[in-house]
Amino acid sequence: MSAVAANVDQAAAADHPVLAVRGATKRFGSVLALDDVSIEVRRGEILGLLGDNGAGKSTLTKCISGVHQLDAGAIILDGAPTQIRSPADARFAGIETVYQDLALFDNLTPGQNFFAGRELAGPQWLPRGMRFLQQRRMDAETRILLANLKVTLPRLDAVVAMMSGGQRQAIAVARSTVFARKVVILDEPTAALGLRESRQVLNLIAALRDQGNAVILITHNMEHVVELADRAVVLRQGRKVGELVPTKDNTQELVSMIVGA
Amino acid sequence: MPETGNTGTTAGETALPATKKQEAVPGLALGLALLSAGPVIILALLIVVLSFLSPYFLTGRNLSNILAQTAVISVVAMGQHLVILTRGIDLSVGSNVALASVVGALTFHAGAPAIVVIAVIVGCGAAVGAINGLFYVFGRLPHPFIITLATLSIAKGLALQLADGRAIPGMPDTIDALGREAVWGLPGSVFVVAGVAALLFVMAKTMVWGRWIYAVGGRPDAAVRMGIPVSWVLVSVYVISGLCAGIGAVLLAGRTDAGSPLFGNLLELDTIAAVIIGGASFLGGRGHLGHALIGAIMIGVIRNALNLLNVNVFFQLIVIGVVIVIAVESDVLRNYLEGRVRVMQAGRQS
Repeated sequence: MSAVAANVDQAAAADHPVLAVRGATKRFGSVLALDDVSIEVRRGEILGLLGDNGAGKSTLTKCISGVHQLDAGAIILDGAPTQIRSPADARFAGIETVYQDLALFDNLTPGQNFFAGRELAGPQWLPRGMRFLQQRRMDAETRILLANLKVTLPRLDAVVAMMSGGQRQAIAVARSTVFARKVVILDEPTAALGLRESRQVLNLIAALRDQGNAVILITHNMEHVVELADRAVVLRQGRKVGELVPTKDNTQELVSMIVGA
Repeated sequence: MPETGNTGTTAGETALPATKKQEAVPGLALGLALLSAGPVIILALLIVVLSFLSPYFLTGRNLSNILAQTAVISVVAMGQHLVILTRGIDLSVGSNVALASVVGALTFHAGAPAIVVIAVIVGCGAAVGAINGLFYVFGRLPHPFIITLATLSIAKGLALQLADGRAIPGMPDTIDALGREAVWGLPGSVFVVAGVAALLFVMAKTMVWGRWIYAVGGRPDAAVRMGIPVSWVLVSVYVISGLCAGIGAVLLAGRTDAGSPLFGNLLELDTIAAVIIGGASFLGGRGHLGHALIGAIMIGVIRNALNLLNVNVFFQLIVIGVVIVIAVESDVLRNYLEGRVRVMQAGRQS
C-alpha cells in the first residue's frame, strides 16, 4: 500500500481543501433537496455534517459518492473540478463511503468484503473481470488492516452474516481504509450500536483522520460531534444554515440551528 | 466460496468465561453443517436404500445409464445455477436446447462439417442467452422471469417453424460419438459435463468475475455502490446459461442423432429443481457448482429408481415436487439458524 508516500506528497498541500463542494443544488421532482450548499474538508480533519431528518445530509453525501448527480454546482477534488457520475467514479477518485445500511455482502467473508469491487488480481493485461484473484495477498492485507485498526473479529473465514452489529460496522468502516484514500464519508455509523461498540467505531474514525483522510461524519449524537469533529456544518431544509467549531459550550446553539428554533 | 456450515466456533474469544451461550453455538454449527451436507447425505442414503430395493440399481451399466441420462440436465443446470446465484432465473433453457438442436440439424443438412455444426449449436444457445441478458439489464426489466418467459416462447416457436414441427434426423458422427462411444463404460457426454464443470468451477473460484457473481447475488445494490460492473456480470451469467443450453443441445443431439423442436421440454423446471434440490439458495449468492451437479444426479437417480421399481411415471413428478419443498424448507431453516448464531455472537460481545 502506498498510504505513506501519498501522505508525504499531500502534506505539502495540507492547507487547501481535499474536497470542496460549491453551490450544490439537487431537486427530486418538486422537492428542493439541496439549495446552493457549499462545504469543504481538509486532510486530517473531521467535518461533522448535522441536520434533522430530511435536511439534505444524505442527499449531499450521496451526490459526493456518486449515487446521485448534482443538478447544479461543482465537486472539486484536490483543486480540480471532478465529474462523479457513478459510485465507481467516486471510489476511483478516492472517495469512500460507509453507508448507513453498511452495504456489506452477508454471503462473503470480511476480507472478501474489503476487496469487493477492487480485488487484487492479475495479470494486468487481462480485462478486470477475467483476472485471477490473488487470494493470499488479500488475506495478508486483511490481517494487517485489521491489526492496524485494532479491530478483532472472531473469524476471518466466516461470512459476515454471522457477525454482530458492532463487528459488521467495524468491517464497513475498515473497508473504507483498504487503500490510501482522500475522503471518507460516514453516514450515522453509530446509530445502531451499543455504548461499547460505538466507542470502538469512534476510535476507528479517529484512526481514519490520523491516517490523513478528510472525514465527513453524519451523526445525530452531539457528544460524538463535540468529541471528534473539527468543524460542524448544519443543514436545514436543503440549505446550509451554519458552520462552527463544536465545543461543549455551544452544543445548545448547534441544536437550535438544527431544529430551527 | 465460504461454506456456511462450519462457522460456529470462535477461536479468538477464549478470554471470556465459558457460558451456556458459548456451548450452544457448536450445536447450531453442527446443525448448519448437517444442512449444508444434506443433499450429499440424502443422495448417499438414496443410493444405499435403492441398491437393496433393486438388484439392477447398483450395476455398472445402470449407473452409467443414469449419468448418460442426466448429462443434459447437469450441464444446463450449471448455467442455471450461475443465473440463480445472481437472484435470477432462466426459463428459456429448454426451448433454447430445442432451437439450437434444430438450427444445428439444418446446418448439418446444408453440408457443414461437424466442427461448424457444433459451433452453430453452441453459438445459437449463447445468442439466446445474450438476448435474455441484454434485454433484462438494458431493457430495465423488473425481473428476468419476464424476458426468459418471452424467449421460451419465441425460441420454441422458431424451432417448430424451422423444423416444420418434426424432428430432423441426422447429425455429424463427431456429435453422435458423444452419445454412444464409451470410455470405461461411460458415454462421451459424461466427459463433456466433467470438462464444463471443471472449467466453470475454476472460473467461479479463481477469477474476479466469479467473486463478482457472489457479490451481485449477495447484495445487488451494494455491488453497484462498490463499483462492480453489475450490468455486465448479469449479462455474462445469461450468456453462459445459454452457452450451457447449447452444449446440452449438442449432447442431446448426439444421443438421438437428431435435432428436434420437442427437445428440452420442461428442462427449465428440471434444471431449477436440480439447483434447489442440490442445496443452492434461491435467494442468491449462496451455493456452488457441486450443488447443481448433485441435484441433477439426484433427479436422475430418483427417476431411474422409480422406473426400475415399476412405479407409475406420474408418481415421479410428485416425488420430485416433494423433494423440492424439502430442499427449499431446509434453506429457510439454514437462514434461521444463521440468524441465531448472529444473535449469540452479539450477546457474547456486550
